Amino acid sequence: MDFPYIVEPRRDTGLYNAKLGIWLFLASEVMLFGALFSAYVLLRVGAEPGMWPHGWLNIPIGTANTIVLITSSITTVMAWVSCKERRYGRFKFFHALTILLAMTFVCIKSFEYHDKFTHYEVTLANGKFADGHLMERSKDFDLAKHTGSVTIHGYEVDNEADLMDLHRPEAKNIQREEITIPATEIKFMERYGPWHHTYLAIYFTLTALHAFHVICGAVVIGFLWGPGTKMWRTDPERFTNRIEVSGLFWHFVDLVWIFLFPVLYLL
Amino acid sequence: MSSHETHSVRGYIFVFLALIAGTVLTVWASFIRFGSAEINIAVALTIATVKAFLVVAYFMHLISERKMIYLVMGFTAFFFAALMGLTVWSLQPNSLIHI
Amino acid sequence: MEKIAHTFPLEHGHEAGHDHEAQGSPEHHGPGFWGTYIFSPDHKVIGLQYGLTSLAFLLFGFFLMLMMRWQISKPGVPVPLLGPLLEKVLGSAAPHGALSPDLYNSFGAMHGTIMVFLAIVPLAFVAYSNFVLPLQIGAPDMAYPRVNMASYQAFVLGGVLMLTSFVIPGGAAQAGWTSYSPLASLVPTDGQIFWLVGMVFIITSGLLSAVNFIATVIQLRAPGMTWMRLPFFVWAQFVTSFLLLLAFPPLEAAAVMQLMDKVAHTSFFLPTGLAVGGAYAHISGGGSPLLWQHLFWFLGHPEVYVLILPAMGIVCEIIACNTRKPIWGYKSLVYSVLSIGFLSFIVWAHHMYLTGMGTKVAWFFQATTMIISIPSVIILTCFFISLWGASIRFNTPMLFSLAFLPMFGIGGLTGLPLGFNISDVHLHDTYYIIAHFHYVVAPGTIFALFAGIYYWFPKMTGRMMNEFWGRVHFWGSLIFMNIVFMPMFAQGMAGMLRRMADGGANYSAAVNSKAGADVIGGLSNNIMEMHTWILWGACLLGVVQIPFIINLFWSIRHGKKAANDNPWEATTLEWQTASPPPHTNFAVAPHVYRGPYEYSVPGHDTDFTPQNEPPK
Repeated sequence: MDFPYIVEPRRDTGLYNAKLGIWLFLASEVMLFGALFSAYVLLRVGAEPGMWPHGWLNIPIGTANTIVLITSSITTVMAWVSCKERRYGRFKFFHALTILLAMTFVCIKSFEYHDKFTHYEVTLANGKFADGHLMERSKDFDLAKHTGSVTIHGYEVDNEADLMDLHRPEAKNIQREEITIPATEIKFMERYGPWHHTYLAIYFTLTALHAFHVICGAVVIGFLWGPGTKMWRTDPERFTNRIEVSGLFWHFVDLVWIFLFPVLYLL
Repeated sequence: MSSHETHSVRGYIFVFLALIAGTVLTVWASFIRFGSAEINIAVALTIATVKAFLVVAYFMHLISERKMIYLVMGFTAFFFAALMGLTVWSLQPNSLIHI
Repeated sequence: MEKIAHTFPLEHGHEAGHDHEAQGSPEHHGPGFWGTYIFSPDHKVIGLQYGLTSLAFLLFGFFLMLMMRWQISKPGVPVPLLGPLLEKVLGSAAPHGALSPDLYNSFGAMHGTIMVFLAIVPLAFVAYSNFVLPLQIGAPDMAYPRVNMASYQAFVLGGVLMLTSFVIPGGAAQAGWTSYSPLASLVPTDGQIFWLVGMVFIITSGLLSAVNFIATVIQLRAPGMTWMRLPFFVWAQFVTSFLLLLAFPPLEAAAVMQLMDKVAHTSFFLPTGLAVGGAYAHISGGGSPLLWQHLFWFLGHPEVYVLILPAMGIVCEIIACNTRKPIWGYKSLVYSVLSIGFLSFIVWAHHMYLTGMGTKVAWFFQATTMIISIPSVIILTCFFISLWGASIRFNTPMLFSLAFLPMFGIGGLTGLPLGFNISDVHLHDTYYIIAHFHYVVAPGTIFALFAGIYYWFPKMTGRMMNEFWGRVHFWGSLIFMNIVFMPMFAQGMAGMLRRMADGGANYSAAVNSKAGADVIGGLSNNIMEMHTWILWGACLLGVVQIPFIINLFWSIRHGKKAANDNPWEATTLEWQTASPPPHTNFAVAPHVYRGPYEYSVPGHDTDFTPQNEPPK
């Protein structure tokens, strides 16, 4: 028995097998990210009033990443169109662009992560808080032994709540400067990692899972751009279908970001 | 592939520009202080939904697919809404009877 | 695509391994041992792999339960036979071969996890679908054979992780199969991490299978196999696939978040002000334990339908064949199973009635829970009515299928007081719940799975299992399962709570000593004595599985040869090809002309009309 509908679609569904498969898989991915989004909603709705952060993420960088992904979406579609038109050179060009854009996205994301991991909230002994990026630690800095000092580029506040909403009008007046704090004045200091606040927890989890999908998608697209092109010579229609299927996955990745960006960065 | 797949490149570029415009719009709208936070959320999610529709319908060709895929994604959308909605609703302290 | 027609591994008497044409390379002699038995993309091989692996897990989970029941009846007494082994392997967790309370907890958590995710789902859903489904729809294989193989590998990896967690320092997961936070994040063992990562692998495996089965049913039905000519087994597996496709991912997301709580010290599920060991936990707080519960039960409820629907599908096939009549109400069955699929997504919070939700929300979930019982009853009723006026053949598969009906009935009916908020308040977390769900899964689903093994064994091997020992297996299992689980209803209604390592003895004594003997909350001697009955029942239940295990393996080579490729004289497509089927299932693609249960058609020379028999 021949294996049917690998290339030509089945008449009543209008689909070839792989296309149905990827849509089914995407349905499960909608539920996966959906669960994380509903976790976000629950955590935000359940947070103490005034203690949910705003403006902790850099909007221009997020916007740039959004444009990177949207562009990669259209280059993916153009790659598929080129395959349908049997224009191999154009296909290679657009596919390569897609991979480059994917790598750009991941680089920008890594930069953002690094920024968070060098950002500290310092609980001072006098009950106040200092907040900013770590510039340097003195060589003898040891919090447990109360020796040395840290220098951060940031500002001091009286209440922790003042660190939350960076979109409020008064936040424009915050002056950030270099502050050196001796270890004796520090009660506790913590990086802006996922453990620091549930907002960061859901931010890191959502964006890391998304970035994982970006990387996996890029690997698949890379394979199809490289070793996978062998099939172009033997069965170009089936190869085109593969490009379409990987493209569908890629568009989904873009879709998730279309929701992630406003939810995490803007709202 | 189905015969109705003669997609124009111009169409795709139009969708691309619409997506970019939507991105700019949503960033701009986020800086406007509407009456309440709910309105900002509604605006942002509406723009995101429109952008998502464009990607799904045109880049992912859903608009030219047959019923089968709509069924699959329709159920998915419903259950996603149910997960979100019912979970949040269950957190509201509402009672018919006050004990 | 593959033209290599190597033969299915259990086939003998045919041209085993000789009739293959290599594609391109003349020295290509077929896939060899590894390609045939271990890394085969053939759905029949994968089905058997899943089947045998999940049966092994079923047995392992059974042993966990036996040790737990021993501990409940005789707290602190060393487990016989296995005690020294436990002490050797697990050290201080099993002092002198008895179960410490922490070890009891981890056995409890792992018994549930292994039985649900490593035994029943892989057997009822994946193994059965894999072996039977493509044959029943007339397809050459599953839509994505290599994805199929990958899903088995992910399943094995998940299972290995789960098993390994027993022997790491601190032991296996101990916070119940439901792994509620904050306890799950605070238990001082890496076993919880193994559990979470294992679940991610198992869920991935399940998702890949679900995608595969749905696509196969939609795309690869043989010509003439319309939707309403599908055997009910296929419908049941189809709906089950959708349940897993859409409900598993939220649990996967939740597992990732709980993993973050444990490893990255986030507070997804840890509330502000959480105190551990008398001191505030050093966490950001702001999380919600309820969030975990919602995400868990969003899967958890569809999961129970995943456990039962394949069983209903199997029972339907066997009843139709052994009553020699069409199943009564095929359309009702189809619409009912579709309704169950849809409704099962919106009933989940009936597992959470005691979390302080408002009455409006409780009302909603109560209503949907009551409504979903209707299609379940319709399905059972259709099966019962199918027996009316039937010419019943009481072979082993039919005995198990017949017993399924009242056993599942008991399980289902005892679920009704749990669906109502007001009665669930008293019964939640008691032994009543344990009795209810075990009735549905143990003499319910597992009976159907046994039935299916006896029924489809001739298709896999060309031989029959021994009928006498099949009946011994049946009667023993039926009697002893009831002895084990029936008393638990009484225990639960008397107030015995779940997950107590000493079977409630200390709790009962504490309550009794406060206000005199035999007050509400205390457990009477009668109730406590039932533990002994249950232990005996469980041990004898285990003993009566031995003939089954021997029968299963012995009959592969020495069972009575089946009279022909269709020894049960069934109508569905899998019986219209060789036993075992060749690599591509059908020598020629079948064409379907009629529905699946055309038995005793007037005017036909035999009492069954196969689906692919051309009309006269």
